[in-house]
Amino acid sequence: MFGYYLNLALRSLKRNPALTALMILTIAFGVAASMTTWSVFRAVSGDPIPWKSSKLFVPQIDNWGPAGHGPKDTSNEPPDAMDYTDAVALMRAHRATYQSAMYQIGAPVLPQNPGQHPITAIGEAVYGEFFPMLDVPFKYGSGWSAADDEHRAQVAVISSHLNDKAFGGGDSVGKTLNIDGHEYRVVGVLGDWNPQPQFYDVVNTGGFSAGGGNLFVPFNTAIATNMINNGNTNCVDTPKEAGFVGLQKSECVWIAFMVQLDDAAAAQRYKQFLDNYTAEQQQAGRFNWPPNNRLRDLMAWMDYEHVVPPDTRISLYVALGLLLVCLVNTTGLLLAKFLRRSSEIGVRRALGASRREIYTQFLIEAGMVGLAGGALGLVLTGFGIAGIGWVLPRDIAALAHLDVSLLITTLVVAIVATMLAGLYPALRAAAVQPAWQLKSN
Amino acid sequence: MTVHPILAALRRHKAGVTLITLQIALTLAIVCNAVFIIGQRVERVNRPTGMDERNLFLIEQEWIGAPSADDPASIEKLDAMQRSDLATLRNLPDVESVATISSLPLLNSSWTGGVGLKPDQQHGTANAAYYFGDNQMLKTLGLHLIAGRNFAAGEISHRGSRGTGEPPIAIVTKALADKLFPNDSALGKTVYLDGGATPTTIIGVVARMQIPATGRWGNSFAWNSVLQPVRLDASYTRTALRAKPGRLNAAMREARKALFDANPMRVMENQPDIGIGIFPFSEIRARAYRADIGMAILMGVICVILLAVTGAGIVGLTSFWVGQRHKQIGIRRALGATRRDILRYFQTENLMIAGAGVVLGAILAVGLNLWMMQQFAMDRMSLLYVFTGVIALLALGQLAVLAPALRAAAVPPVEATRSV
Repeated sequence: MFGYYLNLALRSLKRNPALTALMILTIAFGVAASMTTWSVFRAVSGDPIPWKSSKLFVPQIDNWGPAGHGPKDTSNEPPDAMDYTDAVALMRAHRATYQSAMYQIGAPVLPQNPGQHPITAIGEAVYGEFFPMLDVPFKYGSGWSAADDEHRAQVAVISSHLNDKAFGGGDSVGKTLNIDGHEYRVVGVLGDWNPQPQFYDVVNTGGFSAGGGNLFVPFNTAIATNMINNGNTNCVDTPKEAGFVGLQKSECVWIAFMVQLDDAAAAQRYKQFLDNYTAEQQQAGRFNWPPNNRLRDLMAWMDYEHVVPPDTRISLYVALGLLLVCLVNTTGLLLAKFLRRSSEIGVRRALGASRREIYTQFLIEAGMVGLAGGALGLVLTGFGIAGIGWVLPRDIAALAHLDVSLLITTLVVAIVATMLAGLYPALRAAAVQPAWQLKSN
Repeated sequence: MTVHPILAALRRHKAGVTLITLQIALTLAIVCNAVFIIGQRVERVNRPTGMDERNLFLIEQEWIGAPSADDPASIEKLDAMQRSDLATLRNLPDVESVATISSLPLLNSSWTGGVGLKPDQQHGTANAAYYFGDNQMLKTLGLHLIAGRNFAAGEISHRGSRGTGEPPIAIVTKALADKLFPNDSALGKTVYLDGGATPTTIIGVVARMQIPATGRWGNSFAWNSVLQPVRLDASYTRTALRAKPGRLNAAMREARKALFDANPMRVMENQPDIGIGIFPFSEIRARAYRADIGMAILMGVICVILLAVTGAGIVGLTSFWVGQRHKQIGIRRALGATRRDILRYFQTENLMIAGAGVVLGAILAVGLNLWMMQQFAMDRMSLLYVFTGVIALLALGQLAVLAPALRAAAVPPVEATRSV
């Protein structure tokens, strides 16, 4: 029967080519607009480390107290980055499975080839635990040890991109790299790893930045060699001393912090540890307010930091609105088209077709429109994704891509949506009274 | 013409009428909000920075192996390096003027703080962005001084970029001056920067200068800028240059070559992602507003598709109704209705459907805007957008119905006598 219905549907669609084309185009545009914006939204709002995000947490310590909030700010949220004192204290306490303080660095790097102009590499000063904590893949070598952290070793991990630029690619482990006037030994070259958003340090990268993640050096070494922070610095009071050392002694916040806690109990214990730590600080007279700390898991943290640009969300909603209008439009057109064939339905019903059969027949016709709309929508989505770079910021547009799951989603959305649009018209068609139709003619 | 027969006919197509009404309503709601977003973005992109942007370019570079600006000796060394670069650039034939400056409008790299009227104020009276630079800033950027005077060469101090301390004098924008001293001239008045205790005297007021930040967080103080007569010393420097008229590209080439010739140990190859390179201001502007322009285009494309779909939907549905009522139209014509009557009939019918749609749509549009205000901190939409949208959709409906209605009007009276 299915083949017969397909045949009927094809004949019917061919009978009004303009109307059919209109429906297919409507579906195609609606689906393409929503899929294009969806592909961007999916890319920026996705979980950057799905297998581990529930174990990664960002601690926040309120080292500013009430003075950190403007007169109109009633949120009572602690600052979203950490000062040097607290970051070092948390590292020393070492209460999590893995933990790393980090800050963004931007350092001039001298390429090996003479005659090549120097480049600036943007990356992070981190602890050795950063690499196992984030399951960072290495192409060559590895991260550095706790002893390297302790002894302020001049070691560096570089991205494949920087490896290509500085050494022309290859296994560069053991080679020396001149970073900011100091000789560093390369201990590791990263594999294909530049997660977007740069979830490990959203306070300094803002989430999306194509230029970062190329250079990693030990935190203590960076501090010792005066490698100044390249990201944001926020202060309630101006540091009392000048320079980078003055910043380290101040209550200004500029350091990102991430910990790995393997289960809820561990997270609970860590939160307790934070509260105890700040209570001690309060007793010592550094804070004159009660502990006000936060421990958000990675996804909650990224949500709190508004990593997904609002424009991406607005575009998606507007495109979904367009899809909805397209569906209403298709429903109207299908209804008109089906009811116009009332006499044909009457004849079929009189010849013994059941309501269910009529219903199936018309749903199949709607499905075919959906399939054609989906196929055309797929092509348009391809154009949309290719063209989105003209419209959205490059860092974000580059993340959108056409893959198998998007292909399938596009088709499924088109067919399901059109079938939904066809439900009511098909129901109306099936309800046609055969006797009435036959009589009126 | 009475509306009664139209209503009677519409009642026979309840589902179709409901759908098209709903579609018009949704279209109006979305198009109003999308056009509102476009309007806001266009307004943002078109606001002037207060500078003369033609022939302006920026050099962002970093010396390699330069000392960090933490001790007095290295600060002096860095300052000497910076002055030497400035002298090199000032000697170039196609360069009209050169200023060291900590940032530029739209560069999205800011130094902000609170400006207070009393010493040691916990929260400033107004937020403002600070521009640190020398006495060439006004001339190079093309700022309009409307009161007071420029800095003199001897008044420019220098310090490490992470040093502290407030300057004795400053130039502010008119917007900031009006905010601080609403009833009085700001000239000669004293303010306190960053909640400090050092008084700073306002010696000049410029008409307008935008802050570097274009993000939402800077919207509340977008025109509050303070120019400080301080040359900041660090291994990373920014220099604004004005090329002689029409010599922008030549000046940029000359500057690049001259700086590398003077000292090759610097990072200056264009890496816009990380703020290194030589860029005409037009490029900085394009970068800052890329997302806004993109969003406006995207919303525009969606609006066009929406209106096209709805227009086509009206054509399709009306055509169907015309086809269905061929015989009735024939009877009416035979009973004396003119072509014009038939045309009017379909036009009125459309006006009634679209009318219901836009009433519902106007409510939806305002509701959607309220929701967006809540979700995305969007501004309140002016009702002018809704009003324009209503007119546009009614016009679209009339336009879409014209072809099918004309076809209906062309049905000959003899149709009444034909059986199917």
